[in-house]
Parts: sequence; structure tokens; C-alpha cells
Amino acid sequence: MIFIAVSAQAQIDTTLLRRTPADTSKRKMNMDAIYSRPTLQAGKFPVSLGGYVEANYQHLGTDGISEGHQFQFRRLTLFVSSTISSRIKFLSEIEFEPADKEISIEFAAVDVEFHPLFNLRGGMIVNPIGAFNQNHDGPKWEFTDRPISTEKMLPATWSNAGFGVYGKYYQNKWLFGYELYLTSGFDNTIIENEFNRTYLPAAKANTERFEESNNGEPLITGKVAVKNTGIGELGLSYMGGIYNKYQDDGLRLDDKRRVDVFAVDMNTSIKRTGTTFIGEYAWIFVNVPQTYSQQFGNKQHGGFLDIVQPILKNNLLGWRNAVLNLACRLEYVDYNVGRFKETGGNIGDEIWSVMPAVSFRPNPQTVFRLNYRIQKQRDIFANPAINTAGFSFGISTYF
Amino acid sequence: MNKNHFAAIALFLLLITIIISCQKFEPAAPAEDSILDGPVENLTSAQNLQHLAGDVGFNDQVFTAATGLGPVFVATSCGSCHAGDGKGHPFTTLTRFGKNDSLGRNEFDHGPQLQERAIPGYAPEKLPEGTSFAKFMPPINTGLGFIELVSEDDILAMAVGNVNNPDGVRGHPNWALLPTYIKIRPNSKNQGNRYITRFGKKASTYNLLHQTILAYNQDMGIASSFDPSDVFTLLDTDPEISDKIIRDLVFYLQTLKTPIQRDQHNSDVIRGKDLFVQIGCESCHKQTLKTGVSPVLALDNKNFHPYTDLLVHDMGPGLDDGYTEGSAKTSEWRTAPLWGLGLAPKSQGGQFFLLHDGRARSIDEAIRMHGGEALVIKNRYNALQENEKQKVIKFLNSL
Ligand code: HEC
Ligand code: HEC
Repeated sequence: MIFIAVSAQAQIDTTLLRRTPADTSKRKMNMDAIYSRPTLQAGKFPVSLGGYVEANYQHLGTDGISEGHQFQFRRLTLFVSSTISSRIKFLSEIEFEPADKEISIEFAAVDVEFHPLFNLRGGMIVNPIGAFNQNHDGPKWEFTDRPISTEKMLPATWSNAGFGVYGKYYQNKWLFGYELYLTSGFDNTIIENEFNRTYLPAAKANTERFEESNNGEPLITGKVAVKNTGIGELGLSYMGGIYNKYQDDGLRLDDKRRVDVFAVDMNTSIKRTGTTFIGEYAWIFVNVPQTYSQQFGNKQHGGFLDIVQPILKNNLLGWRNAVLNLACRLEYVDYNVGRFKETGGNIGDEIWSVMPAVSFRPNPQTVFRLNYRIQKQRDIFANPAINTAGFSFGISTYF
Repeated sequence: MNKNHFAAIALFLLLITIIISCQKFEPAAPAEDSILDGPVENLTSAQNLQHLAGDVGFNDQVFTAATGLGPVFVATSCGSCHAGDGKGHPFTTLTRFGKNDSLGRNEFDHGPQLQERAIPGYAPEKLPEGTSFAKFMPPINTGLGFIELVSEDDILAMAVGNVNNPDGVRGHPNWALLPTYIKIRPNSKNQGNRYITRFGKKASTYNLLHQTILAYNQDMGIASSFDPSDVFTLLDTDPEISDKIIRDLVFYLQTLKTPIQRDQHNSDVIRGKDLFVQIGCESCHKQTLKTGVSPVLALDNKNFHPYTDLLVHDMGPGLDDGYTEGSAKTSEWRTAPLWGLGLAPKSQGGQFFLLHDGRARSIDEAIRMHGGEALVIKNRYNALQENEKQKVIKFLNSL
């Protein structure tokens, strides 16, 4: 929708390169995140370009062993979008992560709009599980790291080949949105990996999923969300399917085993103080063979809550409308929920983190952030926690 | 310069200060005497490199079906069972079953060790019905290089020294058959084709290479050039681990430091130690042993304090599980080294699981379960006043 508006404006614009600011209209929900980004457009050229970059400095230590000074160039992401004809648009997001020597297409889909309540999307899509997976752009967050639960429990950024439908309905202050996709999905690596735990992100390494599903079974992802423009947004999402290769060449190899993920996400702000709360929590259920090892749990859950408090909104350091925020992120993940068969005792494998932060936004598209992480992690036997703490400083901006 | 520039410079300076003082904001190292992991002192840099390479093999190398795990197995990495080089947990306890004949062959094809877990698609082994078996709790992995260097003469001398022990303490080295890949030390004592073995709960392995190859093969189903047999088919297969990693890992084990005693100067600890010696515990739990010649400076001709005699002793019917190894009879167990005992709960999930199978849930219980050759001395412990017992326990906890 915004792209139609953008090209309509382009007709009368005389400057060659024009900046379309991020659409911050109240009609946007998390599901619109991929489209509501600031982009650059050249005259009448129907293609918009955009992107963001994220770089950090980090100094973390674990139980007396410091990593020292770490300079990290996390990623450069490019968006290319175009309105191909009325009601048909295309958007792609290409990510360069030099540390992984990886150039990956995160998103590349064609949308066909029939009705606000009914649109088709096909291509490489980002599965809408929780809100972070779709709404992960670095400059949107006050923290240099992605939440642990979204990156180390859920597989952000998790995208797959597939197609589906989505739509939105609004009336007065209320918005309702839904999304439903069939895509390729997970594989055995979620319980057979070198992380020594059930680990959905392990499936990201299998790029064959873009060409051929490992077991011919679809992964179903669905999400519903409601938003009240005065209160906030609440999303409920589900993603699930059979993950394992239970047959090959028509021969049976194993039982069919499912992975099911449920997530709740929300964001809200207190008008009077300007405090924003963004949170997400997810539950994962994996059918792990009884005769395999409890090292690989059949249940996980975890989430995060970001609290962001603007403390100065002013002309700061020569930037008009600059904002200085105080923020804090609370995180928890239990990678292995359950009890040992041998003892009936609790299985550990848990992580907690508290991360106070100061962030400075000279403009809404750019953020400088200073974080201090305090993290505790317990092994599978719930032995005394390993402590990690330290500073990170980073910049992230759309361009 | 205006106010803003000053502010910018001040901010920048603040950041630099934080960065320079970063390490102060990171968690301090735990006291050296509170952790087991870590190398002996004064390794050369080449030795440090090899120790670190072995550390990766021990702690970080997690096997999966793709890298050779199983198909039947007990655990996925050395570190899973020996967390932080400490004692294990019932979850990682091994089961061994069946009778071994004079040629070291088990009565069952798939004996003696049970692989009770399997990768997806495979069935794990089941304990043959009606057979006797013993469970083995993973022991502490510290100071192993020192133990490996105790001379066979010294071991034999400790056995000879017990011949007329008035309390009935006897004990003998385990004489066992060796696999062909073991290079026998020059002047190694033998009884026919049997040699003195010293590692393991029944002291049934010759050296750390022997223990390591068995662990790869029997605990994880990893075939090596040393022992290429597959645990599932029992046929030889391709090596699933390189000789280099095995050599590095053995070096890592050899260069692990010894546990450091805590509270040595506490008067209760001193009194407890006196009582420990007085009532005769040291007849088996020998405080001081010495190493022979080693190219590693820290191991070369050193006294060390493991509180074991490396002999197997008849511990009475209570600890007789009906399972033999080498020349150790069913009721015979190697004197458990007591060093690091107080740190056991740090790797056992905050609890004690003592004796060979973890059946004793406290130090006191472990002592009260002594029988056989230790009966007289155990009774002396039982006859101590309660506060004296507490001192003995306090001493053991300081180790
Ligand atoms: C399934 C759990 C498990 C795994 C995996 C495992 N171990 Fe062990 N380890 C044990 C147990 C149980 C014992 C006692 C065995 C015995 O008494 O024979 C033991 C004994 C040892 C010992 C002898 C210590 C002593 O005091 O005598 C060493 C050394 C050792 N393991 C090293 C390793 C190495 C190296 C690996 C990986 C290649 C490994 N272990 C993997 C459970 C494990
Ligand atoms: C006859 C030799 C002998 C004597 C005497 C003896 N022990 Fe032991 N001790 C052993 C053996 C053998 C084991 C290992 C038994 C097993 O693994 O089941 C052991 C195990 C232990 C353990 C458990 C260690 C662990 O890591 O699981 C403790 C604690 C202990 N002894 C304390 C004592 C004390 C205190 C005394 C004196 C009252 C004593 N022992 C006397 C032979 C002896």
C-alpha cells in the first residue's frame, strides 16, 4: 500500500533521489515490518532501494576470561522493492554477514493484492513466528544483540521457500491481521547437532531447503494479531510440521516426528511517560525419540521483554528531534524443560540475561547504543552458573 | 565550539574510559581452588597449544550421526559426562554387564558395555535378562598425568606393604589383558600376557590412551584407527576421529592440574585429617604418591596427593555387583582417589553421587557403605564421636 502511495508521489517529485521515510502510520502492524522501511527512490524509477548496517564494539568476559576488545561488523542488509504493476509488488532483502562469509536472501517475495483482507504472497518468505523474526532490523532495537530466545532458541532470521495468504482488517482504532503460509521446513539437525541440545537454528545451515524439502512435508506457519492504536499490539503465532526425514526412496527410516512452536508477542506503550514495552515468549515442542538422549530436550521455552524509556527528546548535539533512551532487556530461555529419567531431578540448560542500555537516536533511522550485559547460564545438570558480563557499543542505521 | 560539541566530546571521552576499564566490569575468575579444569603450571607454549587443542576435543567436540555418533551410544561428547572435568551424574552413568572370561571376552557379543541410547531410526541395546551388571559413575578427571606416571614398582610395593595389615586391608593391582594398540612401557611388569592396569573404577585400563580409545568406542560409538570396530555391527569400519585429535586429547588429560585443597589451615580440617590417618583410612587412600620421569616439567618426579593406592580392594558383599574386569573380582574396586571430593557437587548438580555407581548421597554414607577389607576401619569411623566424624567429613570436603 505504501508503495503505491510512494510511486504516486514520485510523479510530482522533481529531485532525483528522494527519501521515503519509514512509514510510521498507526495502521502498521508487526506483519508490515518488512514493507515499512525507509527507502530511497530515483525519480520515476519504479524501484526503491534501502538497507541497514550494524557494527559493534564488544568487550565481554566469562568467569574471569575476557574476550578482550572485539570489533564486529555484524551485517549489511539491502532491500530492493518495486511495484511491478498495480497490486503486484516485489520486495527482497539480501543480507551480507561477513563473519559467516554469507550472502543470503532473507526475503524475496511477490505479493498480489486482491483485497486488504486477502493477499497472496509467494517466494522466499520470513515465517511469522513471534514478532522478532519478521521485525528484526537492527536500527529498530536499542540493543546490539538479537534476543537470545529469538536467535538461539527460535531460528531468527528464519526464512523458507513457500507461499501463503495474509490480510488485514481495520475499524476505528482496531486492526486485525492474519498470515498463513506453507513453506519448507526443519530437518533432523534440530536434534542432531553440535550444540548438544535441541536447537532449531541448526536447520538454518541447510540451504537445500530452498530447493528441496528434506521430507516433502510442509511447515505451516500462522499468525493472528490485533492492535489497538491507543494500546498496542498482541500477536499469537504457530509454526509446526514434521521435521525428520522419515523415508527415503520410498523406504521407511523412522517414525514421523513433529516440531510445534507457539509464540505470543506484544508491544505497548504508556502514553503519559512514553515508556515502551516489547516482548515475546515462545514454547517449542519436539518429538524426540524416546531411545535418543535427554541431552536433546523435547520442550523449550523462552522470551524477552524490552523496556524503553525516552529521557530526552530535543535538539541534541545539533540533531533536531534527537532522542536519548534508557532501556533494559530481560531474557530467559530454558533449552531443556523436563526431568531426568534417572533421578526425576530438574534438567537445567537455562540462560538468564539482564541488559541495561542507553541509546541515542539522532533520528528515527539511526541508533547508537551502549549495553551492559549480565548473563548467567547453567548446564544440563544445573551446576553453578557460568557468569558472563560486559559492555557492547554499536551503531545501526538504515540508509 | 558550542555547548553541543563539548557534550559530544565529553560523551566520546566517557565511552573511551568505559572501554579502557572494561575488564573491571566483567565477572571475576572463580578462585583457582574452586575449579578442576585447567592445565598444570609451567607448560611451554607448544604444550599449551596442544593442551588447548585437546581441550577442544574433550569439551567442544560433540558427535552427531553425521560425524559418527553411535549408531548406539551413551553420550555425545567426553565433556557431557565429565562436565568441568568433574564427577558425573546418574544421567551419564555407564552400565556394564555379563561375565568376562580369562581371555577378556564377554559372554555376550555386545558386552560388556551397554549402549542404551541410539540415534533416530536405530534401536538401542537392552540389558540381557537375568545377567548381573554394574553401573559406573563418571569419575573426576584431574591430575591424570600424575597417576599415569606412578611407577609399577611403587604400586606393587603398596600391595606388598599390606600383606600383614592388622586391620585386614589387602589389595592388589589389577592384572589385565591389553588391546594390541597399546604400546607397553619399557620394563612393564607382567604376569604372562597380563599387565598392571590403573584407570577406571576397577583399575582396568593401562594408560590414558587406552581409556580414551575405549571411551570413544564404547561411550560414543566412535571408531578410530586404534579400535576400528563399530559398536553396532561389531565389524571394522572407517575411523571417525583423527589420530591427531586423539593424541592432543590424551595430552590434555595428561596435563590437567591436580585439585587444590581448600581450608588446609582450618583447625577442624587439620583435626579431621589426623583422625583420617589415625583410624586407618590411609591404608588404602594413600595421601602421597610420586611420579617418574616426564618431559613435562610439572609432572617430572613430583609428589602429589590423590588419596589412592591404585589397587583394587574387596569391599564386601554390599558393593559386590557381580561384575568383573581384568583380575578385579566382583567385589573389588579401585580405591577412589579422594582429591577434589569437596567439589563433586559443583559438577553433580549440587548433590553427591559417590562410590562407583553414585549410590552414596553423602560423604558419610559413602564411608558407611565400606565393607570387606575396609570393615574394621569403617567400624572405627562409626565409633567416632559425632563431632569427630564431622571433622573427618570437613577434611574430606576440603580436598
Ligand atoms: C557416557 C559417559 C562418558 C563419556 C562420554 C566419557 N566418559 Fe570417561 N568415564 C566415564 C565413566 C563412567 C568412567 C569410569 C569408567 C571405568 O571405571 O571404567 C570414566 C573414566 C574415565 C577416565 C579414567 C579416570 C580415572 O580416574 O581412572 C578417563 C581418563 C576418561 N574417562 C576420559 C574420557 C575421555 C577422554 C572421553 C572422551 C573421549 C570420555 N572419558 C568420555 C564416563 C564417560
Ligand atoms: C580397604 C581399602 C579402603 C579403606 C580402608 C577405606 N577406603 Fe574409602 N574407598 C575404598 C574404595 C575401594 C572405594 C571405592 C568404592 C567404590 O567405588 O564403590 C572407596 C571410596 C571412598 C569414598 C567415596 C569416594 C568417591 O569419590 O566416590 C570415600 C568418601 C571414602 N572412600 C572415604 C574413606 C574413609 C573416610 C575411610 C576411613 C574411614 C576409608 N575410605 C577407608 C577403599 C578403602
